[in-house]
Amino acid sequence: MRRVSVGRKVFIVCNSIFLVLMALLCVLPLVNLLAISLSEKAAVNSGVVTFWPVDFTLMAYEKTFQNANFIRSILISLARTIIGTLFSMFVIVTAGYALSKDFRGRTALMWFFVFTMLFSGGLIPSYLLNSALGLKNNFWVYIIPGAFSCYNLILIMNFFKSIPKALEEAALVDGANFFQILWSIFLPLSKAGLATVALFIMVGNWNEWFTGILYMSDTKNYPLASFLQVIVVQGNQQDLALDPTTAAAMSERTIKAAQVFIGAVPILLVYPFLQKHFAKGIVMGAVKE
Amino acid sequence: MGKTKKPHRKSWKQEAAHNWPLYVLVAPAVILAVVFSYIPMGGLVMAFQNYKPWLGISGSEFIGWDNFKQIFMFKESYQAIINTVIIAVSKMVFGLIVPVVMALLLNEVQHVGLKKGIQTLVYLPHFLSWVTVAGMLRDILGLDGIVNSFLQNFGIDPIFFLGEAGMFRPIVVISDLWKGFGFGMIVYLAAISNIDQNLYEAAEMDGANRWQQTIHITLTGMMPMIIVMATLSLGNVLNAGFDQIFNLYSPLTYSTGDIIDTYVYRQSLVNGQYSFGTAVGLFKSGVGLALTAVAYRLAYKFAGYRIF
Repeated sequence: MRRVSVGRKVFIVCNSIFLVLMALLCVLPLVNLLAISLSEKAAVNSGVVTFWPVDFTLMAYEKTFQNANFIRSILISLARTIIGTLFSMFVIVTAGYALSKDFRGRTALMWFFVFTMLFSGGLIPSYLLNSALGLKNNFWVYIIPGAFSCYNLILIMNFFKSIPKALEEAALVDGANFFQILWSIFLPLSKAGLATVALFIMVGNWNEWFTGILYMSDTKNYPLASFLQVIVVQGNQQDLALDPTTAAAMSERTIKAAQVFIGAVPILLVYPFLQKHFAKGIVMGAVKE
Repeated sequence: MGKTKKPHRKSWKQEAAHNWPLYVLVAPAVILAVVFSYIPMGGLVMAFQNYKPWLGISGSEFIGWDNFKQIFMFKESYQAIINTVIIAVSKMVFGLIVPVVMALLLNEVQHVGLKKGIQTLVYLPHFLSWVTVAGMLRDILGLDGIVNSFLQNFGIDPIFFLGEAGMFRPIVVISDLWKGFGFGMIVYLAAISNIDQNLYEAAEMDGANRWQQTIHITLTGMMPMIIVMATLSLGNVLNAGFDQIFNLYSPLTYSTGDIIDTYVYRQSLVNGQYSFGTAVGLFKSGVGLALTAVAYRLAYKFAGYRIF
């Protein structure tokens, strides 16, 4: 048995308290936001709302959901998240599977992909290209240009590499081709890994706000993240083509808080699933044995 | 990269006969990378032109290095580079130290439930978007925000934190740390869990106390990972975080908070100076590429790290 000294006990207690405080610090801003969104306007303006609603009311949420543009932006976000994730996964899984094999030209292809992580043409050439491709004011600008990510490719390639070679060799002997092997052996065996990467891509799609600002001239085509960026950050309701009364209402602190919180809800919903697996995924991506 | 060459290389014909499905499978990714990564790289010639939208890249006049010379002549662009380096380097330093220290502290928590609970909370902010976080910060740090109402208890007049140029960099660095330190801990916790437990028993037999064990076993065991993370972050010296700054800054804080990326955005897409914006962007990517190349070499040399 280890002897536990008094000094050690004091350290354990202080350390635990310190870490719990740090952990609370990570979520309290969000709690504050939620409390503000659920409080009466007057209470919020007098500065008494901290981490619990004062004069509980759902007014802010009711007003928010009466705004057709807000609902519309949520639908656009959902559409781009679902379609964008499926498309990204298709591109990355197929390429990741191929690159987990040894074939001629593989090393050159890997460098070709890795270079896209290290260097880029930057904002303006991309903007001019996408505009020339007709992606301005086009829903597909949310899906196609950002679909490929070398980082995710390497993650998935590493998942596939960890699947025993014997399984594949047996299938090849039985006359299966590479497409069948990917579909019936690799995909079922790496469900957890694929789900983790898919969740990462979903979160990324949901949170992405710049594309809308850059490529959409009509705010009606904004996803929620871009909509929030205009309301919360630029504080510019005229841009969102709201009538003056709605505009005045939308800029209220309680309603802003409600809108920002609604934007974070999907993240909070998938977080438990995400948390179950991502640690392993990150480590696999960062340290490859 | 160090794959040993196989003794018998198949001819391209044999290769195609056997492996053609692999080439088909990798094709969509190749097409996307060519179109959306490599073609824009070709567009970088704009940096050496006086680009006019109505003339296009083929028709615009070449002016050599003039755009690059201007980068250091304009006070604004020069200031943006300075701000970028200060903010990015501060983020790198704190972003390296804090997760290591927090991982060491968390490692001392023996209670499994408590440890898991803490991890759950500290990883969360990483997944929130900077728009969400900026929305929260603007409320919290606003004139009637929770911070000012707290300070009022001490008779301090409300401060418009996000409008104070002197406070902008600390706010950026601290909020970045708040968002990322938990997530940054993950790789270090993994490194700690890979340390051979027998080492601790052996050290105890030799009379080493907890502190000595932490320094000589835990921290030493984490060292390869710390070196990898430190070197890989080198490539970010000119990456101060567009998403964060763009959502927090304002003309009041341009003097300390305007960074290369936000400056490029304003100069090119708002003011229409495409070529100059591209030149500033190329300067950033070029320096980033050179530093990353050095960093990867260092990470490979000192910690055996390979990209793929």
